[in-house]
Amino acid sequence: MHNFDFVKPASIADAVKALASDGAQALSGGQTLLPTMKQRLAAPAVLVSLTGIAEMRGVCKGDGGLHVGAATSHATVAKEAAAHYPALAALAGGIGDPAVRNRGTIGGSIANNDPAACYPAGVLGSGATVVTNRRKIAADDFFQGLFSTALEEGEIVTEVRFPIPEKAAYVKFRQPASRFALTGVFVAKTGGTVRVAVTGAGQGGVFRWTEAEAALARAFSADAISGLAVPAGDMISDLHGTAAYRANLVKVLTGRAVTAAG
Amino acid sequence: MTKVSMTVNGKAVSGEAEGRTLLSAFLREGLGLTGTHVGCDTSQCGACVVHVDGRAVKSCTVFALDVAGAEVRTIEGMANLDGSLGTIQQAFQDHHGLQCGFCTPGMVMSAAALLAENPKPSEADVRHYLEGNICRCTGYHNIVKAVLAASGQDVSAVAAE
Repeated sequence: MHNFDFVKPASIADAVKALASDGAQALSGGQTLLPTMKQRLAAPAVLVSLTGIAEMRGVCKGDGGLHVGAATSHATVAKEAAAHYPALAALAGGIGDPAVRNRGTIGGSIANNDPAACYPAGVLGSGATVVTNRRKIAADDFFQGLFSTALEEGEIVTEVRFPIPEKAAYVKFRQPASRFALTGVFVAKTGGTVRVAVTGAGQGGVFRWTEAEAALARAFSADAISGLAVPAGDMISDLHGTAAYRANLVKVLTGRAVTAAG
Repeated sequence: MTKVSMTVNGKAVSGEAEGRTLLSAFLREGLGLTGTHVGCDTSQCGACVVHVDGRAVKSCTVFALDVAGAEVRTIEGMANLDGSLGTIQQAFQDHHGLQCGFCTPGMVMSAAALLAENPKPSEADVRHYLEGNICRCTGYHNIVKAVLAASGQDVSAVAAE
C-alpha cells in the first residue's frame, strides 16, 4: 500500500476542512477501502478518518423515523435498531461476519455504493433520506450507478434517516465466499405504497423494481408478482451467476421478502 | 512516522507507525507480539482477530493510527496470570480444537468475543459467529465443541471427534 498522511478529526467541521486538501479521501470503517488500497486501486494522499466523530455515531428515534449516524457500525445497528426497525437491524446483522460488522459503517457502505452491498437496498427500499454536511438527499436521487452517488467532492454522509414502514423484510441470496449479496431484495410497505429495492443484480447497481411495486400495492402477497418477469438484459452476469439466473433470483427473493414481511 | 500509544493486554505501550501501518503489523513488528497471525491479509480468514475496546476486529484491516488510545487485547493476553492456559485455550487443547494451529489465535479471540456477548451459545450460534474465521485442518467440529465446552456446557453429545 502507498503511504499517506493520516488525520482523525473529532468534528464534522474539522473533517470537512481536512478533506479539502489535495488527494484527501474519507475513511470510515475501512472494510472496503483498506483492501482496495492494498491492491493499489486507491492511493489517497491524505486519509481522513471519520471514526473519531462522536456526533456521527448512534441510533435514535427521531422525527418520523429512525436516525442512524453515518459512522455507526453494522453491529450497533443490528443491536440498537432491532426494537424500532427489525428489517433494517436484520440486514445490518447479515453483512460480512462479526469482526467486519464491528468496523464497517452504514455511511461507508452507501458512499461506496458497491453493486452487491446490502445497505443500498435497505436505504433505497425504505425511501430513506441521506443527510450530508451540505444537504438532505432522497435515496432515489442518491444512488447513481456502480460505485457512484450524488456525493460531491468534500461532501460527507453524516446521517441516514429512515421512515419506519408498516411491514418490511430483506432477503439475500449470499455469495458464500464474500458474503455479499449475489442478489438481495428489500421490500417495504407503508399504507398503499410498496417499495422494492434490488441489490447485487442490476448492471447499474441498486434499483427499484417498479412493476413489482405496483403489483404489490394492489395485493401484498408473493402471488401478486407471479406473472411478472425481470428483463435479464439489465442483469449482471459473472462466474457466480448468469443474467438469467439473477433475473430469476430477483423474482424469487422478492416473493420471499414479501412473505417474510407478512 | 508518528508516535502511537495504546493499551495492549493491560499494558500501556507506544511505538512508531506510518499512516499505512496496519494494526496487525504494529502488534507483530512494532511490539513483537507475533501471536496475532496474518493469514490472508484481505480480511477473509480471521487469523488476525484481536479485540479493540472489547470488540473483535480483523487487525489486518484496521490502521494502527486509527486505534490510538484504544484498549487492545491479543492472544498473548488470554493466558492466566500464572502462565497457564486460559479457559478457552484449555478447551481447545482438551477437545483437539486445532491441528496446525495457525488459525487458533483468531479462533480463540472470536470465541472470547462470542462468549462475552452470549455466555451460553448454541452449537448453531457458535458456527454462525465463527463464520469469519477459516480453519483448513479441523473441519470445525472440534473447534465448535471446544467453544461450547469453554462456555461450561456439556459437550458429550456434540458432533464426533
